[in-house]
Amino acid sequence: MLTKRIIACLDVKDGRVVKGVQFIDLVDAGDPAELAARHALSGADEIVLLDITATHEERGTLIDTVKRTARRLFVPFTVGGGIRTLDDATAVFDAGADKVSVNSAALRRPELIDEIGSRFGAQAVIVAIDGRRSGEGAEVFIEGGRKATGRAVVEWAREAEQRGAGEILLTSMDADGTRAGFDCELTAQVSEAVCIPVIASGGAGNAAHFSDVFLRGKADAALAASIFHFGIADARVLKEEIARAGVAMRLPC
Amino acid sequence: MITVIDYKAGNLTSVVKALRAVSAHVTVTEDPEVVRHAEKIVLPGVGHFAATEFLETRGIKAAIVERIAAGVPFLGVCVGLQWLFSGSTEAPGMPGLGTFDAVCERFAEGRKIPHVGWNSLSVRGDSRLLAAVPDGSFLYFTHSYRAPVTNGTVAVTEYGGPFTAAAEKGNVMGVQFHPEKSGVTGLRILRNFVELPC
Repeated sequence: MLTKRIIACLDVKDGRVVKGVQFIDLVDAGDPAELAARHALSGADEIVLLDITATHEERGTLIDTVKRTARRLFVPFTVGGGIRTLDDATAVFDAGADKVSVNSAALRRPELIDEIGSRFGAQAVIVAIDGRRSGEGAEVFIEGGRKATGRAVVEWAREAEQRGAGEILLTSMDADGTRAGFDCELTAQVSEAVCIPVIASGGAGNAAHFSDVFLRGKADAALAASIFHFGIADARVLKEEIARAGVAMRLPC
Repeated sequence: MITVIDYKAGNLTSVVKALRAVSAHVTVTEDPEVVRHAEKIVLPGVGHFAATEFLETRGIKAAIVERIAAGVPFLGVCVGLQWLFSGSTEAPGMPGLGTFDAVCERFAEGRKIPHVGWNSLSVRGDSRLLAAVPDGSFLYFTHSYRAPVTNGTVAVTEYGGPFTAAAEKGNVMGVQFHPEKSGVTGLRILRNFVELPC
């Protein structure tokens, strides 16, 4: 049986893991390579590394971080943040990533999805969408949540799918950093609108939040950062609790 | 020495790294002459079945056929497994190797495609590749086309019906999942291949 995935996300700035609370306050949480390996050993099904500064001058630092992290990792590894061109994506794949996540650049130039997909395969392209509730639906934001685009989340998710995205990573900006639970309604809206897997992100605080987003939010995977880092929850313990709520999990892991 | 074939389909980094992690000596090549001297061959691949045309046009396929006939162990991963079948509806008219006489098809609508994530194996029949891999083990999959179950199938996975997760016929083997991305279970399978007598 296909299991639901628990994805550990490392937000990285200047080669160190940090975690934004609603995209603003940053606290140093450690070395990316070491944390990624620890999460994988403790049962995380995948690792995502998001470079949250990603200005052009810092690309070298990122590539080095990706190399060091990939070296010790034998689970799927996604890298996102600042990927603007096919060349940026190629450099990250060459450094050992299995998938890339694209966000702002794909909204500005949607052909980027087609380009990466046709070179590396649809399974290698995740389109990340930051959404904030607005009326019945939600609006897409870019540049780390700083800029509204006027586009509807569901409509952009559908376009990303048509262009060959393999997965959608949906972050609820309303829920992000609150530890009060995922936005299950928004996740279900997107999951039902597309045929590709949807990864829910933003708001994880306890095991019940995860089972909720799988059962009610129809997510195929869920991502969490802050909940893992400070020893709040071990992935294995977390997964055992989610499994008890009736969700298929990879156990033992 | 394991010869990993570079046919420009996705990236090879992960497969090479995982093989080295289980102590294999690895060489990466797109040269049919190098393939003709291979002791063991791995054909990785994510992406489109049409990418296997490269094997045909560069003369790599002929070299692989020769080595397989000489008894060299061969492992195909993902599209590399599908290539062991007679073809795929993903690229109609482009023949596979035909070790297994059936055609790969896209998953039927009605569920999320691609099939992405950790799914379980039902091991059936004897397999050198899956030695010491317990029934029900989880492996990482990511694909939109699947190989049907044939008489060479040694492990089945369910996703809207059963498909071939692993196939084996003598020295020819293939896995639909990604052993290089499947944690310790995946590394166990690669080690089994690396330790096969040449």
